[in-house]
Amino acid sequence: MSMPKKIQLPLTEELARTLHAGDSVLLTGTIYTSRDAGHKRMCEALARGEELPFDPADATIYYVGPTPAKPGQVIGSAGPTTSGRMDAYAPTLMSVGARGMIGKGARLPEVVEAMKQYGGVYFGAIGGAGALLAKCIKTCELIAYEDLGAEALRKLYVEEMPLVVIIDSEGRNLYEEGRAAYLKAHGRNEEK
Amino acid sequence: MREIEVSRLTDVIEKLCIEANNHLPEDVRCAIESCRACEDGQIAMGVLDNIIENYRIADRENVPVCQDTGMACVFLEIGQDVHLTGGELAAAVDEGVRRGYDKGYLRKSVVGDPVRRGNTGDNTPAMLYTEIVPGDRIRVTVGPKGFGSENMSAIRMFKPSAGLQGIKDFIIETVENAGPNPCPPMVVGVGIGGTFDKCALLAKKALMRPLDSSHPDPFYADLEREMLERINGLGIGPQGFGGRTTAIGLNIETMPTHIAGMPCAVNINCHVTRHKTEVI
Repeated sequence: MSMPKKIQLPLTEELARTLHAGDSVLLTGTIYTSRDAGHKRMCEALARGEELPFDPADATIYYVGPTPAKPGQVIGSAGPTTSGRMDAYAPTLMSVGARGMIGKGARLPEVVEAMKQYGGVYFGAIGGAGALLAKCIKTCELIAYEDLGAEALRKLYVEEMPLVVIIDSEGRNLYEEGRAAYLKAHGRNEEK
Repeated sequence: MREIEVSRLTDVIEKLCIEANNHLPEDVRCAIESCRACEDGQIAMGVLDNIIENYRIADRENVPVCQDTGMACVFLEIGQDVHLTGGELAAAVDEGVRRGYDKGYLRKSVVGDPVRRGNTGDNTPAMLYTEIVPGDRIRVTVGPKGFGSENMSAIRMFKPSAGLQGIKDFIIETVENAGPNPCPPMVVGVGIGGTFDKCALLAKKALMRPLDSSHPDPFYADLEREMLERINGLGIGPQGFGGRTTAIGLNIETMPTHIAGMPCAVNINCHVTRHKTEVI
């Protein structure tokens, strides 16, 4: 693994196209949190012709439902949730300009196709490392859907958030390549 | 007959909810650290280093290891010579969960209806399991269970003719299907035998057993070792990025079953396998 690339948001298409599966990155800038219920609401809003609670152009969405902040904390523990549950909504959000997704776990082919079309990037944060990831979050502002509690939409400013590019805008996938590389290096055929 | 006020259960469960979520058990930490020593890939080593750093931060700052502070699985082994007084047992357990998740700044992740949804706002109800055992004590175990891994679990009702090979293949298939989703390295709990429902419970109980323990029957202890080794040859690795450490532990629990069946349940947990026990 080479040295992590430092990435400054917003994630323009030009920047997104320079990132490749397996790259370690340190992400700095503004991101938005949303998971199951928030995605459903955003897509329902778009279907009614309404605007989203934030400008989706070149935006990055973090699939997270944090624990409540203790007094003195910016945010509670804040690791990624399983991205696959957002697969039904991700292409719609990419179609209005959202480009970056931070989560963990596999994505459906239609999400990968949308990423290739729009220049999207799927970043992995370490699942289960909520206390560590919270350290990178410098500000947290609730911007919509407050009634959803942990699932409310928040605007975060993150500094040097450690991520790995899982799927890039060409559709290359670290889950496939990383596993194949390990098995090849250890002289095994992929077991099935 | 020993009388125990249910309010004592409330107090203990409140405390265990917070401690289980903020402090990873010793056996789990040891398993992760010994797996780290066996990795050779740069990405895999980096992921495990971050995982170790994460639970050390949580331990030191008394914050949750993971933001999915789970559904509160509460196991009560109640001595048959105990008389519970001062209120209803299930209500006292839920009150403990309610207070623990509130005072501990833990996430409330329970919806009141599985289809129509709607967060209950206090992480209740607990998933409560009671067992009557000899004696006059109550053994309380709280195991918060996250759903990223729970969703990747599976159960199958085998014909007996499927034999041991059927079970082995099913365990591997379930882990393969889980892939990167349950935040590997995972912990695999396997239940074999019983009825449909008991089998699933065995798998959950297997996740509560310390990772440095073995099934008392050498046949199943060998199977635990063999399956863990095979899983760690799959190459899925930490977070699914490729590597040796796909699982840090695999426990099997068994019980008798019907002449016509051989149920097998595989309950998947992540590296944040939490359980904390206290005896009243």
